[in-house]
Amino acid sequence: MTFHLDATLAARGFEVSLSLAPAETVAILGPNGAGKSTLLAIIAGLLRPDTGKASIGDRILFDLAGNANIWNAPHTRGTALMAQEALLFPHLSALDNVAFGPRSAGASSAEARATAMHWLTEVDAGSLASRRPGQLSGGQAQRIAVARALAADPELLLLDEPMAALDIHAAPLLRRLLKRVLAGRTAIIITHDILDAFMLADRVIVLEEGRISEEGPTRDVLERPRSRFAAGLAGLNLVTGTVNGHGITTAQGQFVAGHSADTIASGQDGVAAFPPSAVSVFLTEEHGSPRNSFRVAITDLEPHGDQIRVHAGGLSADITPAASADLGLAPGMTVYFVIKAAAIAIYPA
Amino acid sequence: MNRRSGSGYTGIPAWIYAIASAGALFVLLPLVAMVAKVNWPQFIPLITSESSLTALGLSLRTSAGSTALCIIFGVPLALVLARTPFPGQRLLRAFVLLPLVLPPVVGGIALLYTFGRQGLLGKNLELAGIQIAFSTTAVVLAQTFVALPFLVVSLEGALRTAGNKYEAVAATLGARPTTVLRRVTIPLVLPGLASGAVLSFARSLGEFGATLTFAGSLQGVTRTLPLEIYLQRETDADAAVALSLVLVAVAVAVVGLSYRRRHTGAAPEGAAK
Repeated sequence: MTFHLDATLAARGFEVSLSLAPAETVAILGPNGAGKSTLLAIIAGLLRPDTGKASIGDRILFDLAGNANIWNAPHTRGTALMAQEALLFPHLSALDNVAFGPRSAGASSAEARATAMHWLTEVDAGSLASRRPGQLSGGQAQRIAVARALAADPELLLLDEPMAALDIHAAPLLRRLLKRVLAGRTAIIITHDILDAFMLADRVIVLEEGRISEEGPTRDVLERPRSRFAAGLAGLNLVTGTVNGHGITTAQGQFVAGHSADTIASGQDGVAAFPPSAVSVFLTEEHGSPRNSFRVAITDLEPHGDQIRVHAGGLSADITPAASADLGLAPGMTVYFVIKAAAIAIYPA
Repeated sequence: MNRRSGSGYTGIPAWIYAIASAGALFVLLPLVAMVAKVNWPQFIPLITSESSLTALGLSLRTSAGSTALCIIFGVPLALVLARTPFPGQRLLRAFVLLPLVLPPVVGGIALLYTFGRQGLLGKNLELAGIQIAFSTTAVVLAQTFVALPFLVVSLEGALRTAGNKYEAVAATLGARPTTVLRRVTIPLVLPGLASGAVLSFARSLGEFGATLTFAGSLQGVTRTLPLEIYLQRETDADAAVALSLVLVAVAVAVVGLSYRRRHTGAAPEGAAK
């Protein structure tokens, strides 16, 4: 079943249109306040948009376009929502929590518990069946929340940063589990973590300020990001401008020389992407070499692995601590970021 | 004052304890004075006299009835006030809470002009052959009128504290609203509902003014324990004191029982984290 959504909500500056193919998992990436949770709340029926429509296959979730006024209640939608917090019902055992969905769908107590036990086993939590939520660790509770959502047999699974509240030991386990159970399911997962997008999603959508700023197969978006947010996630510097031969001209009129895999027509919008490791930092301007040079003021310095990451003018450079000390870098200093043309990828925006 | 090892910094200045002690004494001293006044040799005969037992039985029955009514009307009221914003909500809340600050005798008069023989609804009820004023039903209504706000306030607070995150999750798992209410909302706020019900019961048990105005003081029909105590005070002070002590004992027992149950009930949930 294909999932379609069009929705606008003026009060939150939200305007999104998206589709999911059957059995496709899409990762929603975006900064805080971009409208990611709003998106899931609208799909789940917890928040009513101004206009729009949504459907799973032939089944309409809501239709508020034009004169239509169909708004189906959350319990009829088949869109189980799993949040950052596990939100297991505190008065029910793990087993009864997982049995909640089947029970609500009309299964007998025995059937519901059998289904629940199946899903608990599926998330390696069979031994926790009789525990109360208060007796579970964060990772255990979140695994049981996954089982609870799956036991409701949703046509579309909505996951709102399921790994965000977990410690670094519990997160990898849940990520592996999700990879296993999401195979063959239609799901939307909100995440801050590039690893989740790589491991779990077929496609990513970048949401910024209530709008989709970029979407495409995970690999493409991360290798050739077009939005600054995606570039940040992929760990790349991004400069936007107009394509001009083998480079781009920025809005400030600076030419950035690079290389492109395919020939691209001049005059269209394009981006230049390069990794921080390709950037050298100089105190004076270099002339006469086929390089790009950006005059920037340093905003921050921070440790990054065994390197020092220099943030300046919206770009970043990785240099060795020794080089940083030799140059005497400090926030506020004006320096030159120099990048070889061969290290810069040019592609259409 | 907690000065045991392992206790943390409280931030309470020492003089606060002195004033708090005075406040506690203010509540305790009258009870002690009353206990001191009890005629112990005659205590059992006094409280087991026919009129006393009738009044006590009537009080317990009508209080149970009005607590049931408070739950039936109070739970939906609290849900509506806590969960769904609507125009006039603040006004509705103010009116539901009005009996808390209204003198009970005024409540009684209001009820009389509603359900009394010449009252707003009473006239029609009278035609249908139903007479409410000065009956046991009137006692239950009077007690419900004054006790309802206690349940609503207590439950609305519990509902707001619990939030509706669990309800939202339950709905996305396919539970229809009635199922969510029965299996998620009510169990989550059960401690708040229980304490609200206990407060309502205690308030009903002590109700005097509205009952006297709206239901009168007919032995076995509308003369509840507080009315019996007031009546006995005129003729037999010893009986009044003995019955007062019974009322205090019942109230302490009810509050104590519910307090213990809430504590043992709530402990396992928060314990592990």
